[in-house]
Amino acid sequence: MSNNNGEINETSQVNGRPLLEIKDLHVWYELKRFGFGHAGYVRAVDGVNFSLEHGEAIACVGESGCGKSSLMKTILGLNVPTKGDVIFDDTSLSTTKGNELRQYRSKIGYVQQDPFGALPPFMNIETILEEPLKINGVSDKAERASRIRKILEEVKLTPVEEVLPKYPHMLSGGQQQRVVIARAMIMEPKLLVADEPVSMLDASVRVEILRILRKLQESHNLAVLYITHDLSTVRYFSEFIFVMYAGEIVEFARMEDLLDDPKHPYTNALLEASSDPNADNALVQREIPKGEPPSLVKPPTGCRFHPRCPAFMEGICDVKEPPNFEVSPRHLVACWLYDENKGHAV
Amino acid sequence: MEQKNELVLKVRNLRLYFNTRGGPVQAVDGVDFDLRKNEATVIIGESGCGKSSLAKAILRLLPRNAGIYDGEIWLHDQNIMTLDKEAYRKEIRWKRISMVPQAAMNALNPVMKIGDQVAEPAMIHMNMNNEEATKAAVRMLEHVGVPIDFLHRYSFELSGGMRQRSALAMALVTLPDVVILDEPTSALDVLTQASIMNLMKRMKHELETAFILITHDIATSSELADNVAVMYAGQVVEVGDARRFFTQPLHPYSHALMASVPRLREVVEPEFISGQPPSLLNPPTGCRFKDRCPKRFDKCDEEPPTILYDVDRKVKCWLYV
Repeated sequence: MSNNNGEINETSQVNGRPLLEIKDLHVWYELKRFGFGHAGYVRAVDGVNFSLEHGEAIACVGESGCGKSSLMKTILGLNVPTKGDVIFDDTSLSTTKGNELRQYRSKIGYVQQDPFGALPPFMNIETILEEPLKINGVSDKAERASRIRKILEEVKLTPVEEVLPKYPHMLSGGQQQRVVIARAMIMEPKLLVADEPVSMLDASVRVEILRILRKLQESHNLAVLYITHDLSTVRYFSEFIFVMYAGEIVEFARMEDLLDDPKHPYTNALLEASSDPNADNALVQREIPKGEPPSLVKPPTGCRFHPRCPAFMEGICDVKEPPNFEVSPRHLVACWLYDENKGHAV
Repeated sequence: MEQKNELVLKVRNLRLYFNTRGGPVQAVDGVDFDLRKNEATVIIGESGCGKSSLAKAILRLLPRNAGIYDGEIWLHDQNIMTLDKEAYRKEIRWKRISMVPQAAMNALNPVMKIGDQVAEPAMIHMNMNNEEATKAAVRMLEHVGVPIDFLHRYSFELSGGMRQRSALAMALVTLPDVVILDEPTSALDVLTQASIMNLMKRMKHELETAFILITHDIATSSELADNVAVMYAGQVVEVGDARRFFTQPLHPYSHALMASVPRLREVVEPEFISGQPPSLLNPPTGCRFKDRCPKRFDKCDEEPPTILYDVDRKVKCWLYV
């Protein structure tokens, strides 16, 4: 958050490198014909660059099929990058293997979208939280117990004694999600990847879960990658935000800049489509770009949003791929509208 | 005074209990609301408050363990609760009241072509022959914006938005008086969700029909709402005009619910509601929200009456007595 920006910069300057660096990352899945013939690639992530400092939260916004899950899985070390690299805490994912890869994974926490699906139904909360500690070699039983107690108190699942022997189905959705967060935090990771952590929850609990996450972020100097399709929760959570469309980042900015002054036509459309509770909404028809996101096997040439874009410029947007234009400090947009010459060669 | 639309559906004191080993679950407990032509009533509530059971109770799609099921449902001038099973099936279900089920995009039959699937209700409920029914299906698919060449495709070949539109066409093909939409957009992307909402706004005026929208998403519900009913623990705690509801909710629960919605365009810190909704097995006596209510006082231990606040708003709370 902005009030502890000073600290963040200090800690991140220790070794001069950001905590997480994504460099020109490509994740392509091969399509097979009849099980062996090559039939092209699904370009799920296609040239993504960004970096994340210690203690910073960044939100990744996009619709289903835009590549955000592939990006997340690659960061977690579950996918192998096709091209480019992920550098986390000075470990490069492309060269890490075996035991090192296991260590790499233990330094990143993962909060799943559906808490009930993410918790094993036949294990009680104590066993669920003890498992990662055992696997990662915390052999002292007393230490394990004290760490479990500490983290449960942090996620406000109290009284701890009552929660420990319970099974996931005995908890409400919000409590289950807190167990998932506790499990993600128990190895004291430096980075937490939260994949739509509140989308399955009721409105009244959402805010509570977001607050717990933010508190953890501040008290542990934790970096968070918050993946969501819901723009309205982003305002309460992250410093930076980027919008993905068809495997690429189309806009990257500080949270306020993006929400209050969106530049890319796609970001505009997303904001236009999200509503605040207001009775006037019933009276208007919203402007929605026609069509659907493109196939990632053969993405459109030039800008990938051009077939749906209301500001489409013929001969430019469908021909040349837009580079990132810096419209203001740390506000990048991949759109020809922000080129001085509107994409025309000088 | 503006002319009010004709009253289509009037629900009075509707109850639906389920028998379980632990005793009766009071899923719908004395629900009242009205629905007018070309309007939409939104039923808002958290999971487990009985809103989907309410939809089932109106359509009489009862599971085997349904226990007490009574009250009045007036469709125009007819109390459809008095009809027997067979008459209800022949005259009401899908012909006059239809439904888009929850996760409608997965509710389509995977081995039937979209065209046949949309035509089926017309054949069964309207006694149309194949040709007429296909014509009606084509007309309705055009109406909801599904391209005609999708007629011969299967549901898995369609995107989520198109599947949702097809499910909507299936509910509308018999031109019913009332369509119940159970969480119609919750599984969809933001842009698709907004275009489906655009479509439903249009349908509401173009067709002679009324919508009941069941949702937990307050922000999206405001896109369609003419009237709002807030459900809590099986009961409607507040019902009334949407315009005034969104600016000034009455019941403390409605207040808390509105305050919990994160806003996109304003900087307001949202608040959460502490505690959990009560079990519907043995709901607390008196007001069911009292344990979580910030404005609780002595009176709350007694069952609150439903009070007419203003002309067309009702609230079930002792604060307004």
